Amino acid sequence: MLTFTIRRLVLAVPTLLFISLAIFLLLELAPGDPMAQVPLTVPPEVKEKMRLALGLGEPLHVRYWKWIVQFFWIEPQVLIDHYFGTTFAEGKLRVISWQTRSPVMDIVVQRIPQTIWVVGTAYIVGILIAIPIGIYSAYKQYSMFDQAGTFVSMIGFSIPPFFTGPLLIVIFAVHLGWFPSVYDTTHVVNDWESFKLQFRQMILPVMVLALQTTAQISRYMRASMLDNLNQDYVRTARAKGLSEFVVVMVHVLRNSMIPVITVIALGMPAIFGGAIITEVVFKVNGIGQLLITALFANDLPMVQTLTFIFAVLIVLFNLIADILYGVLDPRIRYD
Amino acid sequence: MTDISIEPLPAKPPRNKWLDIWTQLGKHKGAMLGGGFLLFITLGVLFGPYIWTIDPQKIDIRNRDLRPIFTALFDSDAKVRWANPLGTDQLGRDGLANLMAGGRASMAVGWTAMLLTLGIGTIIGVVAGYFKRLDGPLMRLTDLFLSLPILPLLLVAVTLFREPLRASFGPEGGMFILIVSIIGITSWMPTARIVRGDVLALKEREFVLAARSIGTTQTNMIKRHILPNVLSPIMVSATLGLATAIITESALSFLGVGFPSDFPTWGKMLADAVDRMENFPERVLWPGLAISLTVLSVNYLGDGLRDALDPRIRGR
Repeated sequence: MLTFTIRRLVLAVPTLLFISLAIFLLLELAPGDPMAQVPLTVPPEVKEKMRLALGLGEPLHVRYWKWIVQFFWIEPQVLIDHYFGTTFAEGKLRVISWQTRSPVMDIVVQRIPQTIWVVGTAYIVGILIAIPIGIYSAYKQYSMFDQAGTFVSMIGFSIPPFFTGPLLIVIFAVHLGWFPSVYDTTHVVNDWESFKLQFRQMILPVMVLALQTTAQISRYMRASMLDNLNQDYVRTARAKGLSEFVVVMVHVLRNSMIPVITVIALGMPAIFGGAIITEVVFKVNGIGQLLITALFANDLPMVQTLTFIFAVLIVLFNLIADILYGVLDPRIRYD
Repeated sequence: MTDISIEPLPAKPPRNKWLDIWTQLGKHKGAMLGGGFLLFITLGVLFGPYIWTIDPQKIDIRNRDLRPIFTALFDSDAKVRWANPLGTDQLGRDGLANLMAGGRASMAVGWTAMLLTLGIGTIIGVVAGYFKRLDGPLMRLTDLFLSLPILPLLLVAVTLFREPLRASFGPEGGMFILIVSIIGITSWMPTARIVRGDVLALKEREFVLAARSIGTTQTNMIKRHILPNVLSPIMVSATLGLATAIITESALSFLGVGFPSDFPTWGKMLADAVDRMENFPERVLWPGLAISLTVLSVNYLGDGLRDALDPRIRGR
C-alpha cells in the first residue's frame, strides 16, 4: 500500500508540472497587454520600465521557472513563517497581483474560507440527502419513489445553477422574503441572532449547489446498491436469518459505499469549479468570484495562480480517491 | 442412418438491428418525449424566425417592458399587447423573437461543439485502442486533460483570446469559433475513453481476425469493421456532449464572457434579465426554461438510447 501511495504521489508531480506549463503558456500566448489601461500620455520608455517592474522583461523560460519557484518554494515558506514566526521568506519576491499590488496568496487566503464554507456545507448536505435516497430507491427498484428519484436527479443534472439560483432568489427572497438574496461575507457570527442570520443566508446558495451533488451521488449510490443487492453474499446473509435492516444497512451498504466514496472525492474539485457561477449569482466573494474579477481586470498573476490552485485541487482529490479506493477495497491494491 | 436435424425455417425474416433499436427506443417514454421536444425546439429555432418575422434587434421604445400576454389574466393593470405575446424587454425588443434568435445561437454552438467533441474523441479513442504503441501516450494525455480545471480555463481562454478572433472573423463569428473550439478541446476525454475501451474489446473478436486474414488494410479495417461497431457508445456520448455544450455556452454567456452584447443567446438573455427579475421574472424564466428543458430532453434521449443500444436490455 505504501509503495502504491508513493507511486501515485510521484506520478502527480509531472502532471502538476504539465498543467502549470499549460496554464503559463496559455496566458503567455494570450494577447492581453497589462499596459492597456495606462494613459496614452505616458511615454513609451516609461511604459517599458513599467513592464520591467512587473517582471515582464525576461525570457519565457526564466519567468516560468520564477513562477514555479515562487509558488512551490517561497509561498510555503511564507506559510511556515506565518505559523511559527520564523523568517525564511523575508525579502524574497512573492507572486504579486497587478490589481492590488499585494501578494496574490494573501488575497486568496482571505477569500478561501467563504468558498469552503458555502461549497463544503453544500457538498455535505448534498451527500447526506443523496445517500438515503440512493439506498431506498435501489431497495425498492422501479417503485414510485425510485421513479420520482430518477426524475428529480434528471432535473438536477439538467437545470444549470445560473437558472436555479435566480429562480430560488425570485421565489424565496423576493416573493416570500424568507432568505436574503445576497450572501454577506462581512457578517460576524457571535451570538444566536447572528448565527440565525448566517444560517438563513447560507440556505439559498447551499440549496443550489446541493441539488447538483444530490442528483449525481444518489444515482451512483443507487447503481452501486443495485449491483450489490443481487450478490450471493446477500442471499447468504438472509439465509443466516439476519434481519433485513442488518442485511441492507450493514452488509450491502458497506460494500456499496466503496465506489461512492471515490466518486465523492472525485467530485470535490468539480464542485469548486462549479461554485464560480453560484458565487457570482449570490455575490459570495470567494475564490471563484475572485477569478472572474481578476480576469476582467487583466490581472494575469492572479488568474494564473487561481487556475493552478483549481488544478492542484483536482490532482489532489484524484490522488485521495485513488488511495481511498486502495484502502477500502483490498482487491484494488496494485502491489 | 444418421438423423439429420432440419432447422425450422425462421418464421419472419431477420430484423434490421437499427429497426430493433428504434422499436426499443419507442418503448422508452422519456426518450420519445425528450426526442420529440428536442426536434420541436430545433425546428422552432430554425424555422420560427420565418414565421414570427419581427426583428429581434428592433428597438420599440414605446412598447418597452411589456408583460407576457397571460399576465392579463390575473393582473388587469399589466401592460400587455397581442403583438408581443411573451412581452418585451427594457428596450422594447420582442421576447419571442429574441428567444428564437438566442436559441439559434445556443443550439448552433451546442451541435457544432458536440460534433467537434465527438470527432476528436473518436479519433483519439480509435487510434489509442487500435494502435498499441500509441495507446500509452494518448491515454496519459487524456488523463492530463481530465485533470485540467475546465471552467476556469474556459473562462481564461475566452477572455484572453476574444479580441484577436473578433478582429479577424467579426464579433459573432470569432466568438462562435472560439467557444466551439474551446468546448471541443476540453470535453473530448470521456468519449475517447469509452471508444478506446470498446475498440480494445473489438480487436480481439473473430471477425476482426477474419478480416485481417483476407488482407484488409488498416484504414479499411477501421472504417468498415471497427467504427460501425463503436457507433452506439459514440451516439450515447453525443447526447451527453450536446447537453454539456449547451450548458457550458450558457454559463459563459451568463458570466459575461460569451457573445457580444447585441447578439442574444439563452445564457446572455438570462444574465441580462437577472438584474430586473423582481419586476419581470418571466424574462429569467423563458431562457432558463428553454435551456433546462432542452438539456433535460437531451438527457432523457441519451438515457433511452443507452438502453436501446444495449443488446442485453434490448428485446426484453
